[in-house]
Amino acid sequence: MEEKSKTTNVKPKKKDPRAKLKKPNRIPMLLKSSPHLRSDYSIEKIMRGVLLALLPTTVLGVIFFGWYALLMIFVGIVSCVLTELIFNLVSGKKFKLTDGTSVLTGLLLVLTLPPSFPIPGVILGSVVAIFVGKMIFGGLGYNIFNPALLGRAFLQASYPVKMTTWTLPKYVGADAITGATPLGLFKFEHIMTNIKPLILGNIGGTIGETSALVILIGGIFILIKKYADWRIPLSYIGTVFILGGLFWLINPAQYPNPFFHIFAGGLMLGAFFMATDMVTSPITTKGSWIFGIGAGIVLITIRLLGGLPEGVMYSIIFMNGLVPLINRYTRPKVFGEVKK
Amino acid sequence: MPHKKHTLLQEFLKGIWKENPILISLLGLCPALAVTVSAENGLAMGLAATFVVVSSSIIVSILRKIIPPQVRIASFIVIIATFVTIADRFLAAYYPDISSNLGPFIPLIIVNCMILGRQEAFASKNNILRSFLDAVGVGIGFTLVLVVLGGVREILGSGTIFGIEIMWSSFHPWAVMILPPGAFLALGLMIGASNWLNELGEKK
Repeated sequence: MEEKSKTTNVKPKKKDPRAKLKKPNRIPMLLKSSPHLRSDYSIEKIMRGVLLALLPTTVLGVIFFGWYALLMIFVGIVSCVLTELIFNLVSGKKFKLTDGTSVLTGLLLVLTLPPSFPIPGVILGSVVAIFVGKMIFGGLGYNIFNPALLGRAFLQASYPVKMTTWTLPKYVGADAITGATPLGLFKFEHIMTNIKPLILGNIGGTIGETSALVILIGGIFILIKKYADWRIPLSYIGTVFILGGLFWLINPAQYPNPFFHIFAGGLMLGAFFMATDMVTSPITTKGSWIFGIGAGIVLITIRLLGGLPEGVMYSIIFMNGLVPLINRYTRPKVFGEVKK
Repeated sequence: MPHKKHTLLQEFLKGIWKENPILISLLGLCPALAVTVSAENGLAMGLAATFVVVSSSIIVSILRKIIPPQVRIASFIVIIATFVTIADRFLAAYYPDISSNLGPFIPLIIVNCMILGRQEAFASKNNILRSFLDAVGVGIGFTLVLVVLGGVREILGSGTIFGIEIMWSSFHPWAVMILPPGAFLALGLMIGASNWLNELGEKK
């Protein structure tokens, strides 16, 4: 500890009483690298905004699936925050209780789980999401994959049966307790679901994905507030719409129409809230387009040609892995640079 | 690689932690990842590899002045293959279950770089006693990692250890741990943990 403080602190000799204050007060002269232009964005502010945007979806999920869904959300968030806290304590890093990112990870993870998923599974997924998905890479900003989706992928591979047991919303009707998602119905039994329930959300699915309309409201909110890059959802959903439409035009009897594609399943939730994760999406404009289009191609491939009914999770994780490469090849020209 | 400073004891001990073939040198990862779905498999693979590395280290060390340097790798492989065949046939005869569990990974010990690495880096340059001790140490280090890795994956992935149920009854095994991703996760975390322990040791 003694050694470490010598290398990191500006004044190593005495213990500075001002050390507890914020950094700018402690350093007498500011020598900072760019960017010098400041905005009032901060991690906390963005996280608050995104959480606010997810509020309608969360509330609707609780209305549809009952108090158990609320319990799952609570457990997921608490486990994520605790995991981060314990990791920080053990590794001896300076930390705040939470900057909101692990709250968001926990919420997003639970929103992508089936409504009757067991609580120990929620805890496991949250711990994996934060520990394996975020902290061991070096914490926020260093993770390659979206932590919430990584936790979900772990659960998908661990509990393949429980991850595909869907409890239908309370209002679907009569005696139905469990049923399939519209995508599952389409894939395995070739039953089409109408667009209207897909938009309103009175269908089987994960806690947060059922109502496309409500997600869209939150999604547009974060796009207006510029908490997310609008190019990613647009290119992702657009690619799915166009490719799905092509398949539908070729053979309308076998393939669903493109509106079904964009409103069913987790596409809306994934496109607005997961693909746009600032850490795991490209930093360049051109890269964002490539990222969204690539994810759309992977998604349509899985949905129409692959063995699984839904592929939002894998399409985003797959493109997350390509982000460093995309960033490298879409690097904008430095001013004055001559093209080789 | 001159080893003048090492005492005989150090020669033996270094393979277990300081130069552990899997955790430090990252050699022999193929069997370490592929067969460790249970502690039993890990133990069997570890012992088979230990037998091969010890026996071939002794032979290579005896023959180190006769083997022409131009064809040394081929000669090592022939020697290793001999012992791998012995181990393979032995397992097939006495432990057919384990033999079928490990499948092609027993013959694949021939090309295990951990074993060839010991011959090239150590046995071909040192006397019999040192080569023997080095090989035993490396073999034990390899076996330990495989047993721990297999044990962790078995406990979490099927709720058992050496086939005995140990987790509480409501525990749902994490199927992912006995699938390939579980191997990478568990091994990565083990390597991370060993590096962390080493760092802690250096600080003190």
